[in-house]
Amino acid sequence: MTGPAEPADRLCRPGRLGFDELRLIDLRLSREDLRSELWQRLGEISGEKIVKCYQCGKCSAGCPLDADADPPAHQVCRLVQLGMVHEAMQTKTIWLCAACGACSARCPRGIDLPRLMEALRAMVLRGAPPVLHASELPKEVLERAPQQGLVGGLRKLSG
Amino acid sequence: MVYAYYPGCTLHQQAAGFRDSTAKSAQALGIELAEMPNWQCCGAVYPLARDNLFGVVSAARNLAAAHDLGQAMVTICSACYHVHKRTNRLMATDQDARAKLDAYVETEYDGSGEVLHLLEVIRRDIGFDALRERVKVPLEGLKVAGYYGCLLLRPQEELEFDDPEAPRILEDLIEGLGAEAVTFSHRAECCGQYLSLSNPAAAHRCSGAILRSARRAGAEVVVTSCPLCFFNLDEAQAELAREDPEFQPLPVLYFTQLLALALGAWEQPWLPAEHQVDPGPVLSRFKLPVAEPAGSEE
Repeated sequence: MTGPAEPADRLCRPGRLGFDELRLIDLRLSREDLRSELWQRLGEISGEKIVKCYQCGKCSAGCPLDADADPPAHQVCRLVQLGMVHEAMQTKTIWLCAACGACSARCPRGIDLPRLMEALRAMVLRGAPPVLHASELPKEVLERAPQQGLVGGLRKLSG
Repeated sequence: MVYAYYPGCTLHQQAAGFRDSTAKSAQALGIELAEMPNWQCCGAVYPLARDNLFGVVSAARNLAAAHDLGQAMVTICSACYHVHKRTNRLMATDQDARAKLDAYVETEYDGSGEVLHLLEVIRRDIGFDALRERVKVPLEGLKVAGYYGCLLLRPQEELEFDDPEAPRILEDLIEGLGAEAVTFSHRAECCGQYLSLSNPAAAHRCSGAILRSARRAGAEVVVTSCPLCFFNLDEAQAELAREDPEFQPLPVLYFTQLLALALGAWEQPWLPAEHQVDPGPVLSRFKLPVAEPAGSEE
């Protein structure tokens, strides 16, 4: 990967971030960080203003995938707020979001988090190989899964 | 009133029980569902990237075709409903998106058509109280968990289907059929969706939580209108039983299958090959009363 490797490595490792670990991240923000090309593209594709997020954590609290999400959803928002779009694109969380909308239905700041997650996925997937390949799915899944799931999954997880 | 019926891909493949129970129930209720000619797959997911209009082209084409027929579009699959309803709203509210989609599809559709779920048609055209009078096999004593999942409810401001935190429409239907609707904590939680393809363990945790929640509430059967929810909930049970020997399997059905059973429209409204958990043991007690021989009333 390119860019500041260390903070991303910390964020992508299993388990939650503690306060000590958060302190280790270099939090110096520059105007350039917040106006980077990645930041601009994320805003255009998602249409969301993530600066509105005040980190209440309601999204993570109600997220059905929170047990697997790493880091939890609201911390992905935080990464984006800090201009760390590249790091947000490398989280496991964006691949777990099923766009169920429980978070956006409850967000007190009116942020549509599934749109942010989809924009982050899109920025990874466009021009890159698909994350899910039909050829790699077990035969019994291909035979039994509904067309809705196959079409939906393969569209969501390819560029 | 004739509706432009959009069945979607799954109904003609993996969910024939959903398709056939819908046809028989609609016929029994006098709801005219005329399958749209040349419909196309809606794409199964609504694209959330705002620059991805290509992902709604086929839904836009279907909507314009229904409008040309002069009919409201009716879907029964939660995903088909979700994608068409949101695309319709996009075309009604976003002039730029509408212009691009119309140019590509070569139509002049403005999003003014109506997209309905069969549950909404039953509520509006029949009414759940009146439905009680149509029931020939009351499902007395059957405890049913109405499982909504995500796609029918959220985002509410676009779908306007029901209250996303406290929905009622499935419970109203279930009670209309003479059964008992059990309220359970996870009825609007996500089943894990297509993560069952990319991350089966995570999807399994979601589906397991829903099934355990329904069981705790005393449910004997779960009904849904989403083929992917059906798949995830039905397939998760063997694994759940391995994890917890106390777990009792919970049959999963489409809401139309319960409807067809109660209306006496289809004697055994499920196809055993489509179920991992056999609904037979729970539902076989509900039978159409044997018809009286002609003239016996005299």
